[in-house]
Amino acid sequence: MAIVPNPYKTTGALGWIDDRFPLTKMWRDHLSAYYAPKNFNFWYFFGSLALLVLVNQLLTGIFLTMNYKPGADLAFDSVEYIMRDVAWGNIIRYMHSTGASAFFIVVYLHMFRGLIYGSHRKPRELIWIFGSLIFLVLMAEAFCGYVLPWGNMSYWGASVIINLFGTVPFIGPDLVTWIQGDFVPGDATLNRLFSLHVIALPFVLVGLVFAHILALHEVGSNNPDGIEIKKNKDPETGIPKDGIPFHPYYTVKDLVGVAGFLILFSAVIFFMPDGGGYFLEQPNFTPASQVSTPEHITPAWYFGTYYAMLRATPSFAGTQIWGVIVMFGAVVILFFLPWLDRSPVKSIRYKGPIFKTAVGIFAVTFLLLNYYGLQKPSEFVTLVSRVGTIIYFAFFLGMPFYSKFEKTKPVPERVTE
Amino acid sequence: MSNESVDGTRRRFLTAATSAVGAVGAAAVVWPFLASLKPSAKAQALGAPVIADISKIEPGMRSTYLWRGQPMWVIRRTPEMLEGMKKITGDLLDPESKAPQQPAYAQNETRAQKPEYMVMKGVCTHLGCSPTFRPDTPAPEIAPDWQGGFFCPCHGSKFDLAGRVYKGVPAPLNMVVPPHRYESDAIVVIGEDPKAA
Repeated sequence: MAIVPNPYKTTGALGWIDDRFPLTKMWRDHLSAYYAPKNFNFWYFFGSLALLVLVNQLLTGIFLTMNYKPGADLAFDSVEYIMRDVAWGNIIRYMHSTGASAFFIVVYLHMFRGLIYGSHRKPRELIWIFGSLIFLVLMAEAFCGYVLPWGNMSYWGASVIINLFGTVPFIGPDLVTWIQGDFVPGDATLNRLFSLHVIALPFVLVGLVFAHILALHEVGSNNPDGIEIKKNKDPETGIPKDGIPFHPYYTVKDLVGVAGFLILFSAVIFFMPDGGGYFLEQPNFTPASQVSTPEHITPAWYFGTYYAMLRATPSFAGTQIWGVIVMFGAVVILFFLPWLDRSPVKSIRYKGPIFKTAVGIFAVTFLLLNYYGLQKPSEFVTLVSRVGTIIYFAFFLGMPFYSKFEKTKPVPERVTE
Repeated sequence: MSNESVDGTRRRFLTAATSAVGAVGAAAVVWPFLASLKPSAKAQALGAPVIADISKIEPGMRSTYLWRGQPMWVIRRTPEMLEGMKKITGDLLDPESKAPQQPAYAQNETRAQKPEYMVMKGVCTHLGCSPTFRPDTPAPEIAPDWQGGFFCPCHGSKFDLAGRVYKGVPAPLNMVVPPHRYESDAIVVIGEDPKAA
């Protein structure tokens, strides 16, 4: 089908634009005539909030880059310079560092929403896969950003994560040297992570977010009932009976979520900018030192779950690559969720007790792993992490069986209030 | 344009040939970018050996030197320490140092050319943290029969005073003994093998 310029026959200045660029068409397709299910609840705030935090990160990041200096001898001092001497520099940096943590909170809740309401199911598999890719890139982006202040935790965090590649058989040590650009994490390492953090990864991230939203708008949003509203359209208008235009209904609703979020977000920035040592860690207030490892190395809190898995896996056959495989496997398995879930219904509302229990155990396990991933290593911590890792994988790998055979409740024709 | 019919075979050949040459060209363009990530000439020059004066190290103490930006330790082991190491060989993963984590001249009971001086790279073989020197005994919070050694604060790996790894910890290998040679009794050059006799 050929593209017809200005399908809505607008006139005047808008018409001039619409003859040349699909402004009105885009506005209608994605906002004023994009029909979303009318029964969105609290859980549906987190998609738009993720977008808000992304914009926050991009804007504050641009301003931080104006004063930050990459380089092993410069980075730490330039961050202190931003904190002490640049007008409002501390607030801009806290917005960025708190924003990173907020990003993960929002994204974890957004993913959990998808999991419980079946937003990964047909025909939304690609939305889920784009989302999983966003999660992966976000983790890489967060790691690079974490290294930039070049504090002691930055340094040793970088050392640990880059050394994960050293576990690759045969080429591992050379691979690590190549990634670092030096025999240890140094100036070259910091500069290339800076390059990735401010150019390459944000570019990829924004592109993936566009793909995520385009795929969403192509098939339409899921909802807490997991009912396809497009199956029940008004025969005259062709508009889904259970749909309401995204604008103004959900733009206004999301504004309420934005207000609530900003209250919490600014409270952290103003009164607890280090997040109790979790958003900004104490050892990172001392400059990087190659000869002294901090007492207790932890990653940023949002990697706790996956770090617990890395620590819990013992070395075997003379290599520690298994921990790395388990950790990456825990993220990669997310990509397969659309095909692991075989339940005849999408939403948790119509699923049986087995799935509800499984999701509950999974959520608690995820939080426990996250907590113990940040604790000092001990036998108890290792034991809990091992059990938690097994539960994490059992939840996904067992899903084709328990979701398929469980008796489900009948799904109504129309969405419920 | 002539009206002759299109020669599909020639067109396919030209497309394939252009694609193949283009792919080779693209690969050749990728190479400098990947190679630029290697350590630069400057970084490689900084990898020269380091000269350590070990005469000032007190018995039971450790001294740290930097070679290629990584901590190199020299520990002056007391006779009690060397004695203690023998008590825990049952707890170690590779007490005879079979894995090639040391030069051949350090593959012995004490992993050293001179039992008194342990020269080792102060980097955990798990994920590259620098373990903490814990010569104090007893230390029941580390191990019930702790005879002194190294404890990695990152993931709890344990090593004895010769850098040999304990069983059941994340680190899979003994710590590395770097190439080193004794210039005299007081001077050890870290980063160079002994000259062939």
